[in-house]
Amino acid sequence: MSSISQKTIHHYLRHKKKFPHVWCPGCSNGIVLGAVIRAIAELKYDKDNIAMVSGIGCSSRMPVYVDFNTLHTLHGRAIAYATGIKFYKPEMKVIVVTGDGDATAIGGNHFIHAARRNIDLTVILINNNIYGMTGGQYSPTTALGDRSTTTPYGNIDPVFDICELAMGSGATFVARTTAYHALEAQAFIKRALEHKGFSLVEIMSACPVIYGRLNHKGDAVEMMKQMKENAVPIAAYEKLIEEEKKNKYRRGIFRQIESPEYTEQYQNLIYSLQEKQGVQE
Amino acid sequence: MKYWERPFGQEKPKVVQGEIFIISDRCKGCSFCVEFCPNGVLVISDEFNSKGFHPPMVTDLNKCTFDGLCESICPDCAIVVVRKEVKIDKK
Repeated sequence: MSSISQKTIHHYLRHKKKFPHVWCPGCSNGIVLGAVIRAIAELKYDKDNIAMVSGIGCSSRMPVYVDFNTLHTLHGRAIAYATGIKFYKPEMKVIVVTGDGDATAIGGNHFIHAARRNIDLTVILINNNIYGMTGGQYSPTTALGDRSTTTPYGNIDPVFDICELAMGSGATFVARTTAYHALEAQAFIKRALEHKGFSLVEIMSACPVIYGRLNHKGDAVEMMKQMKENAVPIAAYEKLIEEEKKNKYRRGIFRQIESPEYTEQYQNLIYSLQEKQGVQE
Repeated sequence: MKYWERPFGQEKPKVVQGEIFIISDRCKGCSFCVEFCPNGVLVISDEFNSKGFHPPMVTDLNKCTFDGLCESICPDCAIVVVRKEVKIDKK
């Protein structure tokens, strides 16, 4: 056991008290937790200099297991709280972990306006196509025709493309990957943490217990294999013909640009006004 | 003495060694590590852990390349791969 404790990732976990975690067997949230921890361990950030904020949902249980400054907040309002932390301590790395329903349905307004302002937050959005914790209601990303407890005869709502939404709102780092591509997820999270500005990493995940069971997707391993087939790199996706594009989605980095950051701009405004006042007096 | 190119056999070969630790009480039996290991090192064991799941078990450590794929795909943070590169002296 001494070698296990030497491994750096276990310094970042509250592993003596909180494990095993609450997520179902085969849930992808644990893979994302591992990817986040490993990305932070590679960057060698100080524990006290990171804040992890989450709302309500399966994925939002993540701050319970990590040994950073953590905040478990209202449903959908995680980005609003994170903005507050970022304004008070601009040097702090603020990570927001949300689900698809948390960020795009209930907290949709916070999400788009944080992206528009380009606040230096790292949003890790775990997209499992359903509200898992609250009992399997359909979310904005449930596919057309899929069953959930509130759409027992099939969903008729069109699907939200979260990466397109973030790019349309003006996010400066947008990437999508899946839980099967765990090492890629780790690399994207690392790049998102290093990026200055609003960065979104959407991680497609499998919910074998609620979504998989309602839609006959097979067990956890089967759902992971489906993700492996359906997630296509951006360049390869462009070459596919229309019929093959059905059920498939792109993965990779969609956008990475430099743009002025909001809290920095705000601080500059304060300094310039103070100087002006000093001149007038 | 400095050579203009490396003579064959001068460099000592590096051999990857390591250990796989499985924290069996954390395992929930999803079998991702068994399914997605490229070399088939792990299998589901017949033993039970304290929660009633079957944790994985290492069969042949010589097959393992210690790339840590099982560690990164484990949803329960239950596998730890420790990798060491060891120089072997040729005699």
